[in-house]
Amino acid sequence: MAQHKVNYFQDGGAPIALTSIDKFVNWGRSNSLWPLTYGLACCAIEMMASGASRYDFDRFGTIFRASPRQADVIIIAGTLTKKHAEFMRRLYDQMPDPKWVISMGSCANTGGMFNTYATVQGADRIVPVDIYLPGCAPRPETLQYALMMLQKKIRRESIFRSHKRKRLV
Amino acid sequence: MRKYKNKEDVQKKSYFNDRFYITPSIPRQKVQDDEVFFGDLQKLEENFTVLDAYIEVEHLVVYINASSNVEVLKYLRDECEYDMLMELSAIDYIKTKQGFEIFYEMLSMSKRKRLRVKCFIKQKEELESVINVFKMANWSEREMFDMYGIKIINHPFMKRILMPDDWYDYPLLKTYPLQGDEAASWYEVDKIFGKEARDTIGPEIRDSAAIDRYDTSRFSRLGHEVEFGVEVTDKSLKQVSTSYQEDDKPLFIKKLDPKDSIIIKGRR
Repeated sequence: MAQHKVNYFQDGGAPIALTSIDKFVNWGRSNSLWPLTYGLACCAIEMMASGASRYDFDRFGTIFRASPRQADVIIIAGTLTKKHAEFMRRLYDQMPDPKWVISMGSCANTGGMFNTYATVQGADRIVPVDIYLPGCAPRPETLQYALMMLQKKIRRESIFRSHKRKRLV
Repeated sequence: MRKYKNKEDVQKKSYFNDRFYITPSIPRQKVQDDEVFFGDLQKLEENFTVLDAYIEVEHLVVYINASSNVEVLKYLRDECEYDMLMELSAIDYIKTKQGFEIFYEMLSMSKRKRLRVKCFIKQKEELESVINVFKMANWSEREMFDMYGIKIINHPFMKRILMPDDWYDYPLLKTYPLQGDEAASWYEVDKIFGKEARDTIGPEIRDSAAIDRYDTSRFSRLGHEVEFGVEVTDKSLKQVSTSYQEDDKPLFIKKLDPKDSIIIKGRR
């Protein structure tokens, strides 16, 4: 028999929180972004530094996964050459939906200093990019900020929207 | 193959040129100046035809016939103690001499001397592989084929090493255009999406002189990021909030008040 009257709507009254499905799902998605362990050039060193203990990506729930099938985010960290472009696209295609892309550094954004025949002039020619992170190479703090911006973007999304497949073509 | 044009015109740019500039040439010494090199050269001349020989920046440079490259390298390794092949590649002289100059950089660890064997081949001639003399030649010869299109005979795996297998043309030729080559600029689009996707994706924007006046506002200032393709106005710049968390904060997360945070003045 209940000895106390429980006010369910009082804060801390019961382990109940009322929210919308959108917010709940996005809360889960945005706080467990698992990026793919995928580095192409010097930006990958900064990406590794962000994952290591000093900058500590784990506190964002961001844990690097070694398989594209377990990953939500792909961070294109470095120069994307034309020879490698198809492999990058294949990794992206192997990731389950919903998926996001961070283009890290000048080379991935625009081709950067490699204005040549052998470099893809911007990773957005291959995959749809969500966050463009400038810098050459961006410091780990900047990558953290890019991730925070991505989290913010995810929280804005509705899970009921017609799921548009992210394809350039 | 692409038609061979005058090399000055392929990538013509309006750079400033000093009309009275004379390209400095490296002084050449006689081989007799160095005893060790002179001894090596005499031994070499007894067995092979040496077209030219001189010393340049402490290197002995020896010109030989391209047909005897394997024998010369083998002789230098076994008899003259040049036990390492450091580098081999080619130089494009198609415009002036209709061919390539091949060079082999060799090092003698015991004598502490460096030697360069040079030979000349015509444009479509093939070269014998030196892989049986030096294992190191394997990748270098593949690279030479990749960059210049020089075919190597008796190479175990004659395939491109740096560029993709279906790449058109050879990038280190003087005729190779660095920009504006159709096969190169559409390569990844054609391969991944197919040729019909060219219209959707659009050409590469390679104008390095392009200036976008919103670049600074889009990229540099924290809290003023603008989404791709959104038109930037003064109004929209002001509306972007600088905080990480939205006004309706996510669940279970404490709202950050900037006043409560501490800014560290200096590091310990």
